[in-house]
Amino acid sequence: MKKISRPARRNDVPLKTGGYARYISDLHFEGMLFAATYRSLRARAIIKSISIPHLPEGYCIVDHVLGLNRVKMLVNDQPFFAEERVNYIGEPILLVVGPDKEKIEYILSHIEVEYEDLEPVFTMEEAEKSGVIVYGTDNRITSYELLKGDPEGAFLSADETFEAEYETGLQEHVYIEPQGMVAVFENNRITVYGSMQCPYYIKRSLMQGLGWDAGRVRVVQTTTGGAFGGKEEYPSIIAGHAACAAIKTGRPVQIIFEREEDIRYTTKRHPSRIRIRSVSDSNGSVAAMDIDITLDGGAYAGLSSVVLQRAMFAATGVYDIPNVRVRGAVYATNTVPTGAFRGFGGPQAFFAVEMHMHELAERTGQNPLYFKMRHAVKNGGYTVTGGQMREEVKLQQMVQTLDRMSGYSKKYKAFQNTDPEKYRGVGLSLFFHGCAFTGSGEKDIIKANVKLKKYADGRVEILVSNVEMGQGPQTTLRKIVAEALEIPLDKVLYDNPDTDRVPDSGPTVASRTVVIVGFLLQEAAKKLKKRYDSAAELEVENEYEQPAYVQWDQNNFRGDAYPVYSWGVNAVEVEVDPVTLVATVKGIWGVYDVGTPIDEKIVRGQIEGGMVQGLGYASMEVMEGANGKMRQGTLTDYIIPTPVDFPEMKIKLIDNSYDFGPFGAKCAGELPFIGAAPAFASAVQHALGVPVRRIPVTPEYLMEVVDGEDTNCSQR
Amino acid sequence: MKIRIVLNGKPAVIDTDPTRRLLDILRNDFKLTGVKEGCGEGECGACAVLIDGRLANSCIVPAGTVEGSEIVTIEGYRDTARYRALQDAFEEAGAVQCGFCTPGFIMAAEALLRENASPDEDDIRRALSGNLCRCTGYSMIVEAVKIASAGGKDLW
Repeated sequence: MKKISRPARRNDVPLKTGGYARYISDLHFEGMLFAATYRSLRARAIIKSISIPHLPEGYCIVDHVLGLNRVKMLVNDQPFFAEERVNYIGEPILLVVGPDKEKIEYILSHIEVEYEDLEPVFTMEEAEKSGVIVYGTDNRITSYELLKGDPEGAFLSADETFEAEYETGLQEHVYIEPQGMVAVFENNRITVYGSMQCPYYIKRSLMQGLGWDAGRVRVVQTTTGGAFGGKEEYPSIIAGHAACAAIKTGRPVQIIFEREEDIRYTTKRHPSRIRIRSVSDSNGSVAAMDIDITLDGGAYAGLSSVVLQRAMFAATGVYDIPNVRVRGAVYATNTVPTGAFRGFGGPQAFFAVEMHMHELAERTGQNPLYFKMRHAVKNGGYTVTGGQMREEVKLQQMVQTLDRMSGYSKKYKAFQNTDPEKYRGVGLSLFFHGCAFTGSGEKDIIKANVKLKKYADGRVEILVSNVEMGQGPQTTLRKIVAEALEIPLDKVLYDNPDTDRVPDSGPTVASRTVVIVGFLLQEAAKKLKKRYDSAAELEVENEYEQPAYVQWDQNNFRGDAYPVYSWGVNAVEVEVDPVTLVATVKGIWGVYDVGTPIDEKIVRGQIEGGMVQGLGYASMEVMEGANGKMRQGTLTDYIIPTPVDFPEMKIKLIDNSYDFGPFGAKCAGELPFIGAAPAFASAVQHALGVPVRRIPVTPEYLMEVVDGEDTNCSQR
Repeated sequence: MKIRIVLNGKPAVIDTDPTRRLLDILRNDFKLTGVKEGCGEGECGACAVLIDGRLANSCIVPAGTVEGSEIVTIEGYRDTARYRALQDAFEEAGAVQCGFCTPGFIMAAEALLRENASPDEDDIRRALSGNLCRCTGYSMIVEAVKIASAGGKDLW
């Protein structure tokens, strides 16, 4: 193990275990009021009138912003407060603000809105085919196509093709700390404190929503109790609401979501439907794939176009397929907007392609491990966008290690002699995650800037806008700077970001914090080191420069969609009860290449947590809409993994240093989520001998498959 | 209604509506903010406290039911040697990420270890099964309890 990888003490542990850490709901401000949101009860309607009951003294309604009524995202289509119409059940219409939460609830329950219903669409199928237009001209939020090689020619000369459709469901983040913000209006400035991933996204949304310049808006992150993408874009809405209420009342205003509100009305993972048609050559190798990706974006555009891009760039998985066409579309529906969630389109695409490759292997009687490895990209091979793999691809070594650890190949053969008392199966997944923003995002949109400040006593402070939300940057980023400066770790400081103090180093998303921001900090520390002894106080800044080798054509999706990839291979073993079809996980194995890990313990924490979250997505986390309303609204009916659901996993890290990452590190946050679902689902498929093409793989779904009722049809 | 309790070792009298949630009394009246609200429905365990030595989710405990009880929150536990052993073990095992669930897990670990000082893996997983964590995948928390149990033989 390299020195940088040795686990360091996390300085946030004593604060968190002892209950000293202050999350947003723990902060009290003098004279603070509370606000709660009145939400649309209709999926698509015109608001004819709103009737407000008599308000006791000290209570008020907030129903508009001071500036542009649009949350700042890629497309300005989502209002802070609904205007003349509502587009999903739960869309915010107004706030009730006052000193007592129970009285606020009472007022909320006596508000009456008269609606004129419009015809809604609830599913991707309806959005595509019903003819009811609820968004743009054809309900498509966005659509793209990309080509590699000559797929048309390959399909023309083919004699046998195989086609199947794969579906993935909604998923809720269930960060254990619900969403929350407090806004304070003072000296003609607004300050918003809260649980968040992206202080500058919120700042820019507030500037747009209030119509104020940067100098009048300040955003401060408070200790954040998990996020997983759920606190990327959504908190901008809550911040806007709290700010408007604080400005109107002149008092600090707190908005903390109830769990039910958080489950029903904040963003979710995009449901997907992915159709793959493939053709093999005379050697039995896949010669071409035609892939059609459809995502459900919900009522507004949000980040859906980039989620779709990441899904498309992962459409052929880790395989270097010579001829490919990928078409993708995100449809709008009158449901809660879907958004960022760990993996960001990757999990959907990898589920589809991994199950497809598994099925192709089974159809020709081959061990999926060998079949998959035969197609895996090699050093110098090409991605689906024609980008060349310049880094060393260590998949061969990783798969061999995994096979040894898990006994996959032996079990794959042995379990075929089915025991009638219990069906056993073993599954496999090979996957990557493109590090940092997709395409030219880092260079053209984010343009990260970091700062290091050296104090007279020798301590050095990290000034970046990236947040600690559990994933460990208060330790990893400090380690990078301390190691680069060759000073003790406790001499490096890193506070929760405050936009008055930190430059914009970009959002805490896309597994970019270590590989992009960490590298900028390492370079800044090198500059600082030269003057560390001579200067008493000193500030050093550093701005992102794209590595020269990266070539990307955003208009045609050609070239290096990502500067570098992290890789993983997983195996999962299951037992399926022949009567109930309940699948129990008996073993979990993973081998990962995240470059040189900055702190092995933190990386293991990301891996174990990511895999369990992915196994929840694969097996038990059912969230379904019915007429635009979520059926699940509590942690009693939306089930996430508990300590008794999955056994301990076996993990191995393969070091593979990256020249443009800090001390050789690549990315690790999202990667471990991605492989769990296909590994689990292919294990169930192996156990039962029937195709599994939908997650979550519930016993109910398996009964339909086993009874032959369902191979492709949607239940959403 | 006047409700007499012993809170973190000190007698206290609460004059309140007996249907109020114990969680709100602890957080709002006594400013014991180490007790977290994660779900408000008894599912996640972030608000776990000890009531007469037994683990309870304070979000589903009405104030009227705790008359005469001894209640310990993380604030009343964090100065003990047992807590110290658990904190060190949680740190060593990497059991803490976002931390919002952690005080609840600490209380659940104490409730287990006071009943069974040498639990095996199944005992630990079952004892923690009323607490949800979305960051760690649990194995590192289970490991932490094993470390505390092994190193703290004389404590429990």
